[in-house]
Amino acid sequence: MTPIEIEKAKRAADGIRKRVLAHTITNNGGYLSQACSSADALAALYTSIMKLGPVEKPLVPPPFPGVPGPLNNNYFTGGAFNGPHGPEYDRFILSPAHYALALYACLIETGRMDESGLDHFNKDGSSVEMIGAEHSPGMEVTNGTLGQAISQAAGIALARKLKKEPGRVFVFLSDGELQIGQTWEAFQFMSHWKLDNMIIYVDVNGYQCDGKMENVMNIEPINSRLESFGARVFTASGNNYKELSGPPFLPADGRPSVILSYSCPYEGIELMKQNAPKFHYMRFKSEDEKKSYMELLKSWKS
Amino acid sequence: MEILSRVHAKNLVEWAKNRPETLVLSADLTSSTEIDLFRAAYPSRFISCGIAEQNMLSVAAGLAREGFVPLIHTFAVFIYRRAFDQLAMSIAYSNLPVKLFGFLPGITTPGGATHQATDDIAVVRALPNMTIFEAGDATDVESMLDPVMETNGPVYIRMLRGEIPRLFDKNEPFKKGVNRLLSRGRDITLFSSGICTEEALKAVKAMQAKGLSVEHYHVSTLKPFNSKQVMDSIAASKYGVITMENHTVIGGLGTIISEAMAQAGVCKKIHKLGLQDKFGHGASREYLMKEYGFDAMALVSKVEEITGQKFGISGEDLKTVKIEIMHKDIKAEDL
Repeated sequence: MTPIEIEKAKRAADGIRKRVLAHTITNNGGYLSQACSSADALAALYTSIMKLGPVEKPLVPPPFPGVPGPLNNNYFTGGAFNGPHGPEYDRFILSPAHYALALYACLIETGRMDESGLDHFNKDGSSVEMIGAEHSPGMEVTNGTLGQAISQAAGIALARKLKKEPGRVFVFLSDGELQIGQTWEAFQFMSHWKLDNMIIYVDVNGYQCDGKMENVMNIEPINSRLESFGARVFTASGNNYKELSGPPFLPADGRPSVILSYSCPYEGIELMKQNAPKFHYMRFKSEDEKKSYMELLKSWKS
Repeated sequence: MEILSRVHAKNLVEWAKNRPETLVLSADLTSSTEIDLFRAAYPSRFISCGIAEQNMLSVAAGLAREGFVPLIHTFAVFIYRRAFDQLAMSIAYSNLPVKLFGFLPGITTPGGATHQATDDIAVVRALPNMTIFEAGDATDVESMLDPVMETNGPVYIRMLRGEIPRLFDKNEPFKKGVNRLLSRGRDITLFSSGICTEEALKAVKAMQAKGLSVEHYHVSTLKPFNSKQVMDSIAASKYGVITMENHTVIGGLGTIISEAMAQAGVCKKIHKLGLQDKFGHGASREYLMKEYGFDAMALVSKVEEITGQKFGISGEDLKTVKIEIMHKDIKAEDL
């Protein structure tokens, strides 16, 4: 990424954190930590790294179309927010749907979703679900049931190889998913089928619902574990754009690429540090606490 | 009666010739699920997934989203037990055209409870968007692939392998949603599916010779089940209904018919032959069908119990009953 591109991505990341903070205050709770840890990686992906099809103007999320089925002709996925499909374009698959709020904010910051889209968040009858689904903005497979999206993405990547499409498949994964057996089945498959058109970003923030991962169920050393499964692994600091953006521009070498983005669960919002080790969902424990976050938002310098 | 060997293996190769969008996915059971000939004929369309069914089902979903039609082949238990979440969420929820060929239905394997799909219909039927077919003979196996492809969404097929009898005329293919009418009668309405139909045919023939009048249907579309076609027959039956299935009696064919009868307000007794809320174990098919009470003799005994008649038919008699190929001289549509 050039210095100008980095500036642009940083502005988007800052906007993601600010929007999610504002939303968390308004809604009296939210998935704030996920936005803190992933904002830089998401911003880098959407502003510079991925080659996505254009969106003519920021889209307003349509209402929920009903679940898919043979008789539902109105059904759509949220893929339109990532631009039209085309052989040359990359795809983006968000696996942990709990990062939905961060992704929605990212879509707004990058001009793909109308600002009003967040007003639909978690409202009955809306497609902008709290834990996103395949009809939610920016999503296009059943995600959120952790571990399944990476395999579906591998199916898409294999299909694109069979069709000789140059576009790649980006997957955004959470570190907790490395505790799931299916994730390792997927890596085994990706390396066997030489799916070097797959690029996986893992948000290694080190925390899960129950607390610190090394206490709940250790997954380190991730790097060597993934390498032994045949992946090409890179380690990046979650807020270092050079490290985050370098690997996808290297020539493909037959291996799926993994970028381990070691991030901080309260990056950009130091106040939240006191919640350790519980970062999964932000709840205000008192009016005073809420006030301190309101002060932070008021004085936000972007 | 003609016995055919490796029907699916040969049929699939011929059928897939001009269908480049079809891919076969295997989980290390390539010969065991009769896809070895496909692999030899179309190696680039054969996707080896290893012993990793959860990943295989989700990968299939991804392939389907890109315009391919994945034909998953493995033992049924590894589809609906091992990978149920993936079947439900990656495939069924999104109504994707993934076709799942589940082998070793019920007690067709001596592999024991781990390999015997004795509760698959109950489980898969509960999933929205799923269609369920079950093959009962070589004609079913040969003629199911087109209806499978024409179905909008995922299809689960209870498939047969190895040596299979031909019970139905080669020229009268399986039709989705049409129950095959095999004989007409008013004493009892009998429904059989899968491998039970061969047993039922033997018993019915022997009992007909002793004066029993049976209306017999072979059911190969379990979901959506066409109840309209059969409800008049059930309502007219003197002694009610018998169902015969290679599956637990909870959630399978017997339940399907019971629900349809209750919904239609048809009040008749129903007797369900099949596994009576029990797991299987490792033994031969003949032994297990006898042990669990869903072979030809079990049907005779059940009819005797219901009607109070004694037919004087022995197990030995049933072995010598010759089944001819069933033609549709009775048209189901005539009903």
